[in-house]
Amino acid sequence: MKYSSQAVAKPYFIFALILLAGEILFGLLMAIQYLYGDFLFPLIPFNVLRMVHTNLLIVLLLNGFMGATYYLIPEEAERELWNPKLAMLTFWVFAAAGVATILGYLFVPYATLTELTFNNLLPTMGREFLEQPLPTKVGIVLVVVSYVLNTIMTVLLGRRTVITTVLITGLIGLAVFFLFAFYVPENLIMDKFFWWFTVHLWVEATWELIMGAILAFVLIKTTGVDREHIDKWLYLIIAMTMVSGILGTGHHFFFMGAPEYWLWIGSISSAVEPLPFFLMILFAFTMARDKKIQHENEMALTWAKGTAVMAFIGAGVWGFFHTLAPVNMFTHGTQLTAAHGHLSFYGAYIMIIFTMVSYAMPIMRGRPHGNCKAAQKRELSSFWMMNIGMMGLTLALSAAGIVQIMDQRVGTDLIGFMESQESIAGIYTIRAAFGVLVLAGLFTYFSSFFMKEENA
Amino acid sequence: MTERITKSMAKNIYYGGGTFALLIFIALTFDTVHQIPERSNEVNMTENVVHGKKLWENYNCVGCHTIVGEGAYYAPELMNVFQRRGASDETAFKAYMQGWMAAQPLDTPDRRKMPQFNLSNEEVDSLSDFLIWTSKVNANEWPPTIEG
Repeated sequence: MKYSSQAVAKPYFIFALILLAGEILFGLLMAIQYLYGDFLFPLIPFNVLRMVHTNLLIVLLLNGFMGATYYLIPEEAERELWNPKLAMLTFWVFAAAGVATILGYLFVPYATLTELTFNNLLPTMGREFLEQPLPTKVGIVLVVVSYVLNTIMTVLLGRRTVITTVLITGLIGLAVFFLFAFYVPENLIMDKFFWWFTVHLWVEATWELIMGAILAFVLIKTTGVDREHIDKWLYLIIAMTMVSGILGTGHHFFFMGAPEYWLWIGSISSAVEPLPFFLMILFAFTMARDKKIQHENEMALTWAKGTAVMAFIGAGVWGFFHTLAPVNMFTHGTQLTAAHGHLSFYGAYIMIIFTMVSYAMPIMRGRPHGNCKAAQKRELSSFWMMNIGMMGLTLALSAAGIVQIMDQRVGTDLIGFMESQESIAGIYTIRAAFGVLVLAGLFTYFSSFFMKEENA
Repeated sequence: MTERITKSMAKNIYYGGGTFALLIFIALTFDTVHQIPERSNEVNMTENVVHGKKLWENYNCVGCHTIVGEGAYYAPELMNVFQRRGASDETAFKAYMQGWMAAQPLDTPDRRKMPQFNLSNEEVDSLSDFLIWTSKVNANEWPPTIEG
């Protein structure tokens, strides 16, 4: 570790990983409730399980991004973090707010929670992924603002690189687009239209910049490839992200009350959305092929290549399946959306955090050459367990989606939603089994942290 | 392919292309905001409809159901529940909703359960009005069938 302030990343990473375990656990509980409606009911109804599952994901990703930023920014800027104390303070604020919110979901009925948290003053709750009470949302704004400030100040006082510029652009976008979470028009359609400004422009635009920057950083460190070369690739990737991703928001506006022209604009733009992810694959594999150094932490590079591939499959391929309007007419609001959501979040965002953690964590723990061979071997098994698990559950959800579409939407002999769901039970069982594999993979990953170093 | 592209070219595509896309997006946003009131029949958005949307949010209905195709996939789509369960008849649908909401959770073992929210009759009516209003939104012919 070149700068002592990089160490603030450590609690962020650890907390993100703990939240990930929670997220997967709640995912499994949902998978069981899907099959046995009485499971945990009425103790924890499905909507609460889902809220915990998705909100844990959001909080863990923000934690992971913050940790990754605080680790890489000092090295890029070639100076200590502007204010490490602020970074630590926001860690505790964010952790406390996150835990309080999850406990609130679990122990207070949601309608009561809206009353207790001043939702009547400024109604923002009860919308998918943005269920957080007002104080939590305000807390997120404060934490994100201090995070962006800390990053910008560090860079302004130090060296500016393409990586820092791209990262900061992504962070500002993240902060700005979250503000739409506070705008809830009385008209449901208008509400949904602006809701996507946060949801889509986070995951399919600004976060991709953050992902690109982190990936570029890890590739520089683990391959030793010339920065000029890496910069060019990074620009090219984010150029394609911006060109396709911004107007690609239109693929959410096909069938929700927005005008017809989105059918064309959304279809054409989002058909290009796989391209930046495909470039990421070329990027990672070309850099790995042309590497100038043999870094002993081989797992970091493995994750870097893995995240590019899985992001392409999950976001690119699975997104493309249903992004053209005539197809989306039939797939909109089915398990196919869930399939795409699972693999893209995992491939692009969970795995980029694994990439950074695998690179930075050993260094922060005094192992500049990475973990020992045995630990890396175990980490590699966890890599495959989680990838196969996620791929398997995505395939299962896709099959479920196709059956659902055939049952409810194609032909003349249609059956209702509940009846169709019952016919899918077998597939949901397979989905749950792959979910167990993912959790086992995560615990295997955790255990690789605790393996004793040889001769150390 | 990438050998022929220089770093400054890539940078220009990023700034130029990004700005261009953003400007089109902003222009279309203005147009969409202008069109939504008519497409959604905002004139029919009564106090009851607005109240119904509030209840929809306060009870986190979207945590299990989809509406206009968005939400969770645990329970049925509700944009066209008015046509499906009420045969597009307001009185029939409202009566159905009163009975349905009061009957939750259904006593069928291992069927997915909907909680009992203890809503008043007026609240259930508002929810019905909200769903009736939603069913009339012009969503480009979606949902494709009555089953949602």
